[in-house]
Amino acid sequence: MSQDTDPMAEIRASFFIESEELLEALQDGLTSLEDGDEDGEVINVVFRAVHSIKGGAGAFGLEALVRFAHRYETALDEVRGGRMEVSDKALKLFFQAADHLSDLVRESRDEGELPTERSQELLAQLDELIGDDGEDAAEEEIDFQPAGLSLDLDLGLPGLPPLDLPVAEDAPTEAPGFNIHFKPQLELYETGNEPFQLLKALHELGDCEVEILCEDIPALDDLAPEKSYLAWNIKLTTAADAAEINSVFEFVEGLCTLEITPLNAAASAPPPLDLSLPGDLPPPPPTLPDDDDVPVMAAEPAPTETDPVPVAETSELKPEPKAEKQTKAAGGGKQPAAKSVVRVDLDRIERLVNLVGELVINQAMLSQSLEQAGLSPHSDAMNGLEEFQRLTRDIQDSVMMIRAQPVKSLFQRMSRIVREASSAIKKDVRLITEGENTEVDKTVIERLADPLTHMIRNAVDHGLEDTQTRLDAGKSAQGNVRLSASHKSGRVVIDVSDDGGGINRPRVLQIAIEKGLIPEDSNLTDTEIDNLLFLPGFSTAKEVSDLSGRGVGMDVVRTAIQALGGRITIQSEPGVGTTFSISLPLTLAVLDGMVVEVAGETLVVPLNLVIETLTLSDVDMDMIRPGVLSIRVRGAFVPVFDLGVALGYREPLEDNSGCVVLLIAHEDGQRFAIMIDDIRDQRQVVIKGLDENFYRSPGIAAATILGDGQIALILDPTDIVHQAGNAAPLLDPALVSGASS
Amino acid sequence: MTDLDSTSKELLTFKLGNQEYALDIMSVREIRGWTKTTPMPHAPAFMRGVINLRGTVLPVIDLAARLGLPPTETTERNVIIVVKCNDCMTGLLVDAVSDIIALSADDMQPPPDVTNDGGANTIRALSLIDERMIRILELESVIAKAESVAA
Repeated sequence: MSQDTDPMAEIRASFFIESEELLEALQDGLTSLEDGDEDGEVINVVFRAVHSIKGGAGAFGLEALVRFAHRYETALDEVRGGRMEVSDKALKLFFQAADHLSDLVRESRDEGELPTERSQELLAQLDELIGDDGEDAAEEEIDFQPAGLSLDLDLGLPGLPPLDLPVAEDAPTEAPGFNIHFKPQLELYETGNEPFQLLKALHELGDCEVEILCEDIPALDDLAPEKSYLAWNIKLTTAADAAEINSVFEFVEGLCTLEITPLNAAASAPPPLDLSLPGDLPPPPPTLPDDDDVPVMAAEPAPTETDPVPVAETSELKPEPKAEKQTKAAGGGKQPAAKSVVRVDLDRIERLVNLVGELVINQAMLSQSLEQAGLSPHSDAMNGLEEFQRLTRDIQDSVMMIRAQPVKSLFQRMSRIVREASSAIKKDVRLITEGENTEVDKTVIERLADPLTHMIRNAVDHGLEDTQTRLDAGKSAQGNVRLSASHKSGRVVIDVSDDGGGINRPRVLQIAIEKGLIPEDSNLTDTEIDNLLFLPGFSTAKEVSDLSGRGVGMDVVRTAIQALGGRITIQSEPGVGTTFSISLPLTLAVLDGMVVEVAGETLVVPLNLVIETLTLSDVDMDMIRPGVLSIRVRGAFVPVFDLGVALGYREPLEDNSGCVVLLIAHEDGQRFAIMIDDIRDQRQVVIKGLDENFYRSPGIAAATILGDGQIALILDPTDIVHQAGNAAPLLDPALVSGASS
Repeated sequence: MTDLDSTSKELLTFKLGNQEYALDIMSVREIRGWTKTTPMPHAPAFMRGVINLRGTVLPVIDLAARLGLPPTETTERNVIIVVKCNDCMTGLLVDAVSDIIALSADDMQPPPDVTNDGGANTIRALSLIDERMIRILELESVIAKAESVAA
């Protein structure tokens, strides 16, 4: 039946979506552990994340994933049970395991090839860590297979068939074992668990004396058939340890009252309970005998021993202070029931964004035609239009907010990059992230991943010194890479900084000269030298390392950032560190633009690039050499480019007087000017991508539709200067001519 | 009425100067009157620019210039045929649209093997209707070629 597959695929898909969230929670938890958060709830969050992934994977028969998750979980359980300290080494391994787990999840989802070798390697390390021989762990992998759902509706009702478990009549009292009091709550049944399976599992661990406690069952008249009345006392004689018992009840944690007390020597054991008459028995003692000393369990004291309430509460039906703590510990990443979230297909949002774009254009058209109709600005129509404009802008903002996402997921990926990069080159590096809740358009986030990865690797590889150099310089052995995001005046600023040695400017200069990128006698400022890093084919690494230094360095990063409408700048101080700042527009969908006219064509210049506008009179313009002009702005010479000529719209003008000049800020603070005919308007425009595979005009970033329905091209002024100047614009024009001659 | 069996094709015929051309009608999305194009800087001569097609940016090719004929002089009576080819929408500027005809495979002859003058592979087949020659365009190469020229 074809219907069988579809719902399954859907459930499977939602498992993977949930896994992503769980993996995020896992990362969060590990990060707070790394930050020294000793809260026991943190490790529980970590544990639960792995555990839930394991559970889900089991349901879909993802064997490899289950196996890895299980052993990972076993190791985490050691920490959770307080049997192991979270050392740096352990934490590092946990992080690696988390990374690997996410690889496994992804590979399972895409049905790709599973990196089994890496699994083995990590598992061996995990086993080594917990000092486990790893064998029993490998063998007990069956116990979490979800029990087949036999939906007997009389579960837990008095009519439950008697358990035909063979009961040891008189177990030797000195044998190791546990007293287990188990009272399912209603939710246990509701979630499809069955006490019988649990009892059966217990029986497999050793000899059981099972006693059913029926005293809670009310008179038949009062009996609500769907309630849970039964409880069990189980006296289990087994060689297994508490962890194994706990693992039997793993899936019903929080769904039942569970007390597990080691069956000590006869002295502290509860009164021996025969399989006596139900109903006659006293309720289980409210507090079970306290064991100060547990000889049989000396190696591994049962984690629940002093705390009869099960460790992890997952049930949302039982709000406890713990739940709050958990939320706090997860850093707001996972807030059960606090926020309700709707998953929406991205296509639908895209469609909405496009429609809003249309709305903005239509509104501009309407306002233009109303103006042309000569209506008074105080007429009702004009007032209504104003209101309409305000609403449009609100809608637009709200729609953009739907697409906005915190950069957190991106940052988490980066922390993995740092871990991998630092271990590859044996540097001790710590990534500090700030502002991970800063929201950025989803498409921007996606397209930031590659450049950011590159920058982070660079910071680890080139930015930070090796450990010895750091110690010699009086720094901590551990290098710090800081990744921060924040909103600044309508843009998003992402900084990647390291506390390394800073840019080695003489070396950079030397390389640039060696590679013929600049003339030998260049006299460059510090900023100019730093910006040489962005030149194509520049790489400072003396040796090509695995990580970076293949010569496709920062220029690729810069291109990618610029394609997003962003800018990238460097600040570096020798011996203190280097900071790369990326400044990005909040969205790729709208832009504040200046509508200008050149040679009869209408163009849009991104407003944020324009720092000043001037009207040209003859005296301001000088010719440096034929074809290269400059203007004087308060005593400084600024190169100027005629936009009409640069775009091939017209021949150079005989007389430039009356033209308007836009002063444009370059990323590195350099300025240049472009000459246009007139400024027409300043407005928000909707960015329309140009068909990339058809024809890409140099100097044109995108297009937009103006109020009259005409298309106007959006300029990329930097590119224009690049084309017109025929060389990197960051260099002084004089240098350029020197270089080309 | 035309009997559409599997071998016959409906074609849209149009004029470039005094020559008649035809396109597979399945690739035609719509026909628009002439609107002013926004020129793309430094684009090849046959790229007329871009127009606004209900909110998307549509590149427009001057088909005559593309095929090596004298460029179309734009008047109010010119039309833009919007075609879709390989999921890519393109406008073709032509002088006028004439007719829709149905041709069977027998009516179409392969173009004579001419030397590679750059325009040969843009014609897929030739046909005669009322003693007039109809040139049936190979749309993919018209547009793909444009791309490669641009790149």
